[in-house]
Amino acid sequence: MSASAIALAAEVRSKERSAREVVEESLAKIAAGDPEIHAFIEVLTERALDRADEIDRIVASGSDPGPLAGVPVALKDNLCTSGIPTTCSSKILAGWRPPYDATVVERLRAAGAIVVGKTNMDEFAMGSSTENSCSGPTRNPHDHDRVPGGSSGGSAAAVAAGFVPLALGSDTGGSIRQPAALCGVVGMKPTYGVVSRYGLVAFASSLDQIGPLAGTVADAAVTLQVIAGHDARDSTSLAAPPPDVVAAVDRGVEGKRIGLVTELVDGTAPDVAARVRQAAEALAAAGALVDEVSIPQFRYGLAAYYLIAPAEASSNLARFDGVRYGLRVDAPDVAAMNVATRTAGFGAEVKRRIMLGTYALSAGYYDAYYAQAQRVRTLVADGFAYAYTRFDGLLGATAPTTAFRIGDRTDDPLSMYLSDTCTVPANLAGHPSISVPFGTGDGGLPVGVQALAPALGEQMLFALAGALERAAPDSGAVTE
Amino acid sequence: MVIGLEVHCELATRTKLFCGCPNAFGDEPNTNVCPVCLGLPGALPVLNRQAVELAMRIGLALQCEIAPSSFHRKNYFYPDMPKDFQISQYDAPINKGGRLELPDGSVVGIERAHIEEDTGKTTHVGGSGRIGGADYALVDYNRAGVPLVEIVSAPDIGSAAQARAYAGELRAILVATGASDGRMEEGSMRVDANVSVRRVGEGLGTRCEIKNLNSMRSLIRAIGFEADRQVALLEAGDRVVQETRHWDEGEGRTLSMRSKEEANDYRYFPEPDLVGLAPDGRWQAEVAASLGSLPAERRAGLVGLLGGDPSPAQVDQIRSVVASGLDDLVTAASGLGAPAPLALARTANEVAADAERAGGLDPGAFAKLLLLEAGGELSATQAKDVLAELLIHGGEPTEIAKAMGLESMDSGSLAGAVAQVIDAYPAEWEKFVSGDDKVAGFLTGHVMRATANKANGKLVAAELARLRSGSN
Repeated sequence: MSASAIALAAEVRSKERSAREVVEESLAKIAAGDPEIHAFIEVLTERALDRADEIDRIVASGSDPGPLAGVPVALKDNLCTSGIPTTCSSKILAGWRPPYDATVVERLRAAGAIVVGKTNMDEFAMGSSTENSCSGPTRNPHDHDRVPGGSSGGSAAAVAAGFVPLALGSDTGGSIRQPAALCGVVGMKPTYGVVSRYGLVAFASSLDQIGPLAGTVADAAVTLQVIAGHDARDSTSLAAPPPDVVAAVDRGVEGKRIGLVTELVDGTAPDVAARVRQAAEALAAAGALVDEVSIPQFRYGLAAYYLIAPAEASSNLARFDGVRYGLRVDAPDVAAMNVATRTAGFGAEVKRRIMLGTYALSAGYYDAYYAQAQRVRTLVADGFAYAYTRFDGLLGATAPTTAFRIGDRTDDPLSMYLSDTCTVPANLAGHPSISVPFGTGDGGLPVGVQALAPALGEQMLFALAGALERAAPDSGAVTE
Repeated sequence: MVIGLEVHCELATRTKLFCGCPNAFGDEPNTNVCPVCLGLPGALPVLNRQAVELAMRIGLALQCEIAPSSFHRKNYFYPDMPKDFQISQYDAPINKGGRLELPDGSVVGIERAHIEEDTGKTTHVGGSGRIGGADYALVDYNRAGVPLVEIVSAPDIGSAAQARAYAGELRAILVATGASDGRMEEGSMRVDANVSVRRVGEGLGTRCEIKNLNSMRSLIRAIGFEADRQVALLEAGDRVVQETRHWDEGEGRTLSMRSKEEANDYRYFPEPDLVGLAPDGRWQAEVAASLGSLPAERRAGLVGLLGGDPSPAQVDQIRSVVASGLDDLVTAASGLGAPAPLALARTANEVAADAERAGGLDPGAFAKLLLLEAGGELSATQAKDVLAELLIHGGEPTEIAKAMGLESMDSGSLAGAVAQVIDAYPAEWEKFVSGDDKVAGFLTGHVMRATANKANGKLVAAELARLRSGSN
């Protein structure tokens, strides 16, 4: 949609437009464009229209439906929605309807937002291209032969294609920010614990965070404000009240010390590196004190991530055993049924990571792999801590390249894993990070610049993101 | 013989360990469940504060150190485990290194007492009903997520009798602290025994773990059988294989479990969905203050109440009322004027026999009943009948006795009844007169029968004695 979420909510709240009109427009765009893009795996036409009418009644009665009144949103399909299929793009959860809503879904609804559908993703959020989906790949709206990134590729594409102004994704090693970069939208991962994970189907519990994908930095900020805050149902949810980030967007970066991280520029494609350096110059022009900083520990982040995340996943995904819900493939006894169900239900990448993680936790290997990876995780946090003694915020590329072609990396898991190299440090440390579109690279494909801030430094992060957005060159046209 | 016991007890919390579902026994299957205890995708655990408190009570009662602790995941596939991993404490348990002094003065070391969640319950149906031969299985997840504390003893126990004493004393502690109801038959206290044997002076032998010990009787029998089995093996020149064995109560023997458990690698790792648990000094002090008195102290209190050394039977009665948490009833009744020995005996026998209702018995009514009995207004048999009624419906003892048509006989009709029995059984009477006290029971029994139990047995005995002294 061309209008921002903030603008749409203002129109609905002031009765300039009805929520029904807004939702109908969104649904029409989805109907027209999504057969080609395949951002959605479930469109909730009737529910969305019913809810729109409800919002209109609330407005008509003189009440305020909330800051996202009437705004159509898309949800990544690993967020539980009561009575609505939630599959994580996996055959093993085909037909499963959760009996409850994720906390973020409750909070979006309470703010007046209208869920129009569930978006495609890499199965159980494992992947960087949205090709590992049982319902087929999503296409990048900027170039339909290319991937949207992943694993929240459906959510990123839905925003980039203008189907919705807002979407939620989840970010375990970059799964919000990397597709945001590849699709030319804003994608933000909050500090670990700022947003409740209750109702997010877990991939790697110590790394997962839910966050917004949006057309603008301000929309992302408003959305974060809505979904953030303590939740008694998530023990890792922080008790501190959510930081006020909406006002921070326009605050500017004058006098702020910004570090351009060598490890987040070197090794990226030349067209990406050029845009990142240009972004650094733009911040300097806006009054920031920009310097280059090396955080050598980042080089080991990816290896540590690909041990910790699969280890947790191997345990988190054990429950998909055919006993209680989802797919069951019958067999003579329970153990054989477990094996048959999991063999048929999980895709290749999920199986690969379950095996990796099982191995990393096994007796005799635990210390060499899992425990060692946790030590590296601490080192990465130490690297950040040292950098933040000198800087208020950091800057780098979000992804090493722009969007790659569908099928290009599917046969080479390692090259796919490298897509996450710039984003995993923030997950390992639990820090907030945001990807902001910053012009285009070769072939007119969008480039994303990543801003980082210390834990609970969301205000600094949004100030930085706002400054980047104001300085950004055009990030390219979406092909119709 | 070297024995270590692992005791799992279900904590008497209102709700489960990680969710708000009721922690209740015996409800309709799969009614006390929610997304969390069913392990539905996206659900997360939140630690129950009351469970932590009860675990701390157990630790304090066992003189453990309450330490900063954490939770791990124990990963293995089993249909009655909703997440296919169990959340348990692993290398950092909440209670470390305690001791338990048994009534005979011996001491058993406690290695740890940690918190974990229970699994659901599988019932195999059809076919042979055994795991391998059933047609299908039903799983009840009501028990899934019920809080457990596992108490691991040091290998300090030297005999089956000491193991029983340990389990009994531990059970008394669980009940006295309110941490658990300690009912073995309902599975709220489950005991596994690690048994090994060695020659005097040698190091520890290879141990076997025995599971499925559902009663104190099983515990004693299983340990005895297992020790004999191991000794026989060693004497025949064989060796003991470290394994888990199943106690078959019917067959009276332990059997090697056809289990892949030895091959299981539980892949323990820190539970990322929970944060560390480190009860501060203030919280610990609060729990310690609420602990109340422990079984040894409670037993000493009852001994004091009796005045003088208790008989062996009274020692057993004291142990039993403290173990079932009924000592407060004895103390209360005694405080209201009832004779302490009678209060103890009635509590240990009649009241304890109705464990379900014992808690609801009004101490005032109980004391009044005991006074009626002691004063001879009700016979022992009548008093027991009134007590049974009191336990079921409550009420006022005198009224109940009247309503039941129970009133003691006046001394005239009692003397008449005794005289009739003497006339009817002259030979027995002669024996009694000549000093054979064993016949007294026979005569008394016939008087009781003739009076439909209305006579007070003690008064009958007194009358018989009076008549004997008169005829000598």
